[in-house]
Parts: sequence; structure tokens; C-alpha cells
Amino acid sequence: MTTTRLVDESLFAADGDEPGHAGVPSLLGSRCDGCGTTTFPRQDTCPRCGGAAMAGTVLPRAGTIWSATVQHFAPKPPFRHDGEFVPFGMGYVDLGEVIVVTRFTESDPGRLAIGTPVSLCAVPAYTDGDGTAVVSYGFAVAAAGDEG
Amino acid sequence: MGHDVAIVGIGMSKFGRQPGVTGRQMAVGAVREACADAGVAWPDMQFAFGGSYSCGDADTLVSLLGLTGVPFINVYNGCGTGGSSLISAANAIKSGERDLGLVLGFDKHPPGAFNELPENVGLGSWYGETGFMVTTQFFATKIQRYLHEWDISSRALAMVAAKAYRNGALSQKAWRRTPVPAEEIARAPMVNDPLTKLMFCSPGEGAVALILASPERARRMTTAPVYLRSAELRSRRFGSFEVYSTWLSPDRVASVTTDASRAAFEAAGVEPSDVDVAQLQDTESGAEIMHMAETGLCAHGEQEKLLADGDTEIGGRIPVNTDGGVLANGEPIGASGLRQVHEIVLQLRGQAGGRQVPNHPTTGFTQVYGSPGISACTVLTR
Repeated sequence: MTTTRLVDESLFAADGDEPGHAGVPSLLGSRCDGCGTTTFPRQDTCPRCGGAAMAGTVLPRAGTIWSATVQHFAPKPPFRHDGEFVPFGMGYVDLGEVIVVTRFTESDPGRLAIGTPVSLCAVPAYTDGDGTAVVSYGFAVAAAGDEG
Repeated sequence: MGHDVAIVGIGMSKFGRQPGVTGRQMAVGAVREACADAGVAWPDMQFAFGGSYSCGDADTLVSLLGLTGVPFINVYNGCGTGGSSLISAANAIKSGERDLGLVLGFDKHPPGAFNELPENVGLGSWYGETGFMVTTQFFATKIQRYLHEWDISSRALAMVAAKAYRNGALSQKAWRRTPVPAEEIARAPMVNDPLTKLMFCSPGEGAVALILASPERARRMTTAPVYLRSAELRSRRFGSFEVYSTWLSPDRVASVTTDASRAAFEAAGVEPSDVDVAQLQDTESGAEIMHMAETGLCAHGEQEKLLADGDTEIGGRIPVNTDGGVLANGEPIGASGLRQVHEIVLQLRGQAGGRQVPNHPTTGFTQVYGSPGISACTVLTR
């Protein structure tokens, strides 16, 4: 059985096993106790007010596309991928309290219109030398009836 | 700034690939050209500020230029290197302690020059591993959002690039000197939607040198001085959308370009509507479009009409990037900010030859933008 690991555990909450989460934990940001600013990923100090009281905050699993593009050429290292490069969608998703960078599972620019509802999912990133499958996060265009 | 800093000499190498010519050789050539232009010699320099991203320490050039003991301060500020050098030189003159000195910027980027590591910009390796460490993504996502918000079509992107290559054809030292029709630009391979290969600049090669003087010294020299009325550098404030962002605030604020340009206009006592000729950062076509409005040269959303009406052409109401900008000259980041000033000085002197803006322009403006979210702007007048 293939072992799996997250590309960077610090990006995620510990709720991957919750029902409906399909093994993909929610994204983990931080929120400033002083001014309410939310960042992603977590950081120790607030970039808005300079305060040091930043609490971890679980981010919403659904949002809308704020902007999107398709990556048509393979980024240079440290980008890692398996096999031939396949163009991928990327951009920013509006989660309300914060807008975060993301991969999209859709790579047709015609289906990545600004405002499209999307929900959190796992995105295969690459395979380690020892065969471990490395997983990152992404957002998929929500089918009708999805609750994310 | 009043009329207290003058540009009395300018020099510029060819831009674009020059096999067998080093960045340092280009720099020395530019300095010599600027000295000849000003009617001075290197030993007359009382100070120098200069820098390069890829070509090492600028101050080591004294072994080639002349070991006079001149205080030569290296500036390492990415795309802001030229602007920062200029600001430093202007401050030396405004202080009254110096009255003649050099500003220098040069670069010769090897392939893969901007292959930044996530750690260098404070990000985890995941960001690069999963494919986000690409500056073209930033420009694409920013212009996608902008086109959507201001109802501008992607046709405008091709028109900007077509203008750049047209103007490059009129600029002897430019890199890309062949006009390319807008339709061909639009049909070129897509890099990051909506931007095709021909809408992006490439990292490049080139050197620019400027000689600054006090107004009293300038009056004793034979050239027609152009006055540096302001030079302002800013970094991003919270809420702006810059390159390598893992998140954005839902509360948008004005971009760093808006902050720097506002500061430059205010310091100079000049309005955007006074500008007769402008150089704007055109890393890709969308950048020129956004920067037109961010600097206040036009309103958001007006750009497509201005382009269609030819208002930003050399003969238009507000000529932008008369020498083809970075799209046609390439992007040697140490030099580009100074190339912009060099072109404006030529225009204000009436020495721009086949790409001269008609009717004696008297007020010019330059704006650069770069990672990690900095902008430097200048106002120049006769």
C-alpha cells in the first residue's frame, strides 16, 4: 500500500479524518487577536498591526475563484512533478476572511471564470524517492449540490 | 524637490544579447559615454552609486575606470537598483556636499537568472515544490482580475506589445527591433492565460550611466540640463497584491506603484495630467495597462480606448514607452530603471531622433515595479 504524506504539514489542520473531508485536512491559517487579520499559512506576528497574538484558525473549505490562470510551462526547481509536465490551473480562491493561493484541478481556462464556486480537495504533487505519494491542496469546481 | 538636481550626462550600451561582451564592459562603455556627453572625465566624479543583480560589485569597476579614490557605493535592490542609486545620488547633491557624480546600473542575466528560492523570500519549500514560484503567474492572475474588474478585453494586451515592438524598431539600441502585428502576438503560445509569449519581456543585458550635478555646476557646463524634480521609492503596504503572495487580504489598498507615483508627483509639484511623455514598467503587456491607471496617467478602464485611439503612441496625447520599454529592450534589472530616465532625458532634450515626441515635451515621468513589491518613480522636467 502506498504511503502518503502532506507536502507541508504546517499548512493544514488536524481534521483530515472528519466525515466528508475525504482525507484532505482543512487549511490552517492564523488570525490576529488584535485586528482580526487572517493570514495563510500561519505566522507568528501580524503583518497589519505588528501584534504577536496570532491564533491558529481553520479556514473554510469552500469559496469562489478570485482570479485564475493556467501554468503552461514547467516551473523550474524546486518544482517537482512525476512524468511529463501537464499544464495546471492555479490562482486565488476567496474564502471570505482571506484569499489564498491554490492549484485548481481544472486546467481549461474557460472553466475558471472569476466567481466560480470551488471546494477544497487533495491534489497529487509528486512522488518521493521511496515511493511515498506527496499530496498538496487544491480547489475543484463545485458540482451542483456540493457542500464542500 | 525644486530645480536642485540636474542630469547633465547620459550614456547607454546596446540592450539585448551581446555574446562576448560582459556586463562590466557594457557598464564601462556607458560611463564613458555619459562623461563624453557631459563634457567631463571620470576623475571629475565626486561620488558614484551603482549596482547590478547578476554582474557582481559595481564598485570594482574603478580598476577599469580609474583609481581616483572616489566613494563608490554599491546598491543591491532588485528592480529598484537604478531608482535607489538615483535617489542616493540626488540626496548627495541636495545635501550640498557634492556637486557632480555618477549613477550606474547594469546587468547581463544568464538563463534562469530569476530562479528565486522560496526561502529567499520567506516562504516554505512547498510553495516552489507545488509550482507557485513563477513570476509570470503573478502577472497573469493580477491582469486577469484587472481585465475582469474594469471590463477591458485581452485585445488590449496584444496592442500594447505591438506598440512596444513598433517603438523598438525606432530605437537603435533596443533588443527586439522587428514590428509584430497584434494578431500574431495574440496567437503566440500561451504562457499563463491571458498572456502569450510575445506579451512578456525576457531577462536581458544592458548598462546605463547618468551624471548628476548641482544646478550651479550644471549652468557652467555646456549641455542642456534636465532637472530631476523628484525620485521616490516605496515598498508595498498591507493589502496590496504583489508577487509571491500566498494570501491576500479581502481589504484591497492601492498598489505600491500608486504610492510611489503619488509621492513623486507631490514632491515635484506636478500633476499626472502635466506629463508629456512617460516610461512605465511593462514586464508584460498587462503591467503597462495597469500602471497607466495606477500612476494616475489615466482612469481605470480607460486604457483600451486610449490604445485604440493611439493616445499612447509616440505622436499621441500621452506617449508611453517610446523606446519600446522592457518588452523591446529586455529586462536587465540593474539598468532598466535608469534606461527609463535615459529615454526621458533624450525626449526632453529633443534628441530622440526618429522616435521623438513632437511639440517639445517638457515634463517626463518614469515608474518601475519589481519583487517583492517595490516601485520607484521619477519626475523630470526641462
